Amino acid sequence: MLETVIYSLLIGIFVGVSAGYLGSLMVLEKMALVGDALSHVALPGLAIGILFNFNPFIGAFAFLFTSAIIIWHVQRVTRISFEALVGATFTLALAIGIMIIPEPELLEALFGDITNVIIIDMVAAALISVVAIVLTKAIYRKLVLAMISEDLAISKGINVAKTNLLYLFLVSLVVAIGIRIVGTLLVGFLVIVPAIAAKNLSSDMFRYSLLSAIFGAVTAFSGILLSSYLNLPPGPMVVFSGIAIFTITIVANWKMQITT
Amino acid sequence: MSTTDKEDYLLKVANLKITLQNQIILDNINFNVKKGTTLAILGPNGAGKSVLFRALLNLLPYTGNVEWTEKVKIGYVPQNVAVSDIPLSVKEFLSIVQNKANAENALSLVKLDDKTILNKRLGVLSGGQLRRVLIAWALVDEPNILFLDEPTNGIDVGSEEPIFLMLNGIKKSKKMTILLITHDIHIVQEYSDYLLALNKCVTFFGKSEEIARLSTQKTIYGEPVCVETLKAED
Repeated sequence: MLETVIYSLLIGIFVGVSAGYLGSLMVLEKMALVGDALSHVALPGLAIGILFNFNPFIGAFAFLFTSAIIIWHVQRVTRISFEALVGATFTLALAIGIMIIPEPELLEALFGDITNVIIIDMVAAALISVVAIVLTKAIYRKLVLAMISEDLAISKGINVAKTNLLYLFLVSLVVAIGIRIVGTLLVGFLVIVPAIAAKNLSSDMFRYSLLSAIFGAVTAFSGILLSSYLNLPPGPMVVFSGIAIFTITIVANWKMQITT
Repeated sequence: MSTTDKEDYLLKVANLKITLQNQIILDNINFNVKKGTTLAILGPNGAGKSVLFRALLNLLPYTGNVEWTEKVKIGYVPQNVAVSDIPLSVKEFLSIVQNKANAENALSLVKLDDKTILNKRLGVLSGGQLRRVLIAWALVDEPNILFLDEPTNGIDVGSEEPIFLMLNGIKKSKKMTILLITHDIHIVQEYSDYLLALNKCVTFFGKSEEIARLSTQKTIYGEPVCVETLKAED
């Protein structure tokens, strides 16, 4: 039992750091809700994994990344906003997922479960998080420049479309491992809330991305600790921890006027 | 064309045509840019000024001939940027995807000598400071040509003049060639050497001082349309 808790806490730290760090870009891109909704797309993938007895994480990632590519391509062709396309895709995926996922596993898929975590899960989470963070760090400034002006970024030789696609791929990876801990309904929280809490306390990019990662880790770690202590589902506990941090940062920003 | 002429020019554009979504945006565009001069590009909204810039920067497809007579490094300042919501300091912005070492030098070129600005967030800068920081960004990699798309966009009239004076200083000290999109005839007269007036095609190309002539203004803006004035009451 103690081993399971330790593995879960370590997974929480890795997922929290990577989701917070990648989420800091998602929030700046004004795609916070895209990140949230995208996570729901994983549900049919999880269901297929459970039904056909292979690792649900692989099914979740396959669905997430395939949807991300479809959305990315349709957006480029039609110029319909990301939000609208993700809105359509995630509700479709949710509908399919709820139809096919076996009922006993539905709650676990939606809200997460840490009672049967093994060392392989922890190692996979660590590897994926490190890869996602290192690759995101390499494209972070390019994506920020593209947010300021896409023309400016292209004029500097940056392939904005390919960089965005790589970023979506990495977000899909991190969201897929986050689902293990907090479930599909709540993993979007780990992408959004640590980043907006960090934004409350940052006037430069270095501090913002660092605090996003730290708040992500603290949110996931404290949520999982509470969950195992109180014997409650981890997803909601992670959300409560994150909201507590976010509230503190709002008060700190209000009192110290950090971002004005 | 003689060898001397060829050496004088940095850019030669011939028969340039840009079509976007089956609509001709610019057609039959011909002009040259001499080294170390400022070419002002003037025209109404929708005339194709920014589209011309984007084509010259290879951001848009075109047909025709664009010839750079030597290897150029372009510094570009776009008309619109989205910075208000991004936690990014001036120091970080200046070193984004380019040489960090020149950041402070670029700031002094645009006359932002107060070093405290380096730690300020881009979103809290005044309009004039932000435009200077954008120009500094374009100067960090030491370009030999600047593309400025309405560099004083969104700032008050009083703050415009110092920016153009500063740009004139950079042009002289760095022997910079400048392509400048503007709506302002006064800026064309005072701060540019040549004028390219566009309205889907070239309506005027020549020395900027020509704009003072009524005939040139008629060429650019069309014949004046007179309105009936009110008669003064006896």
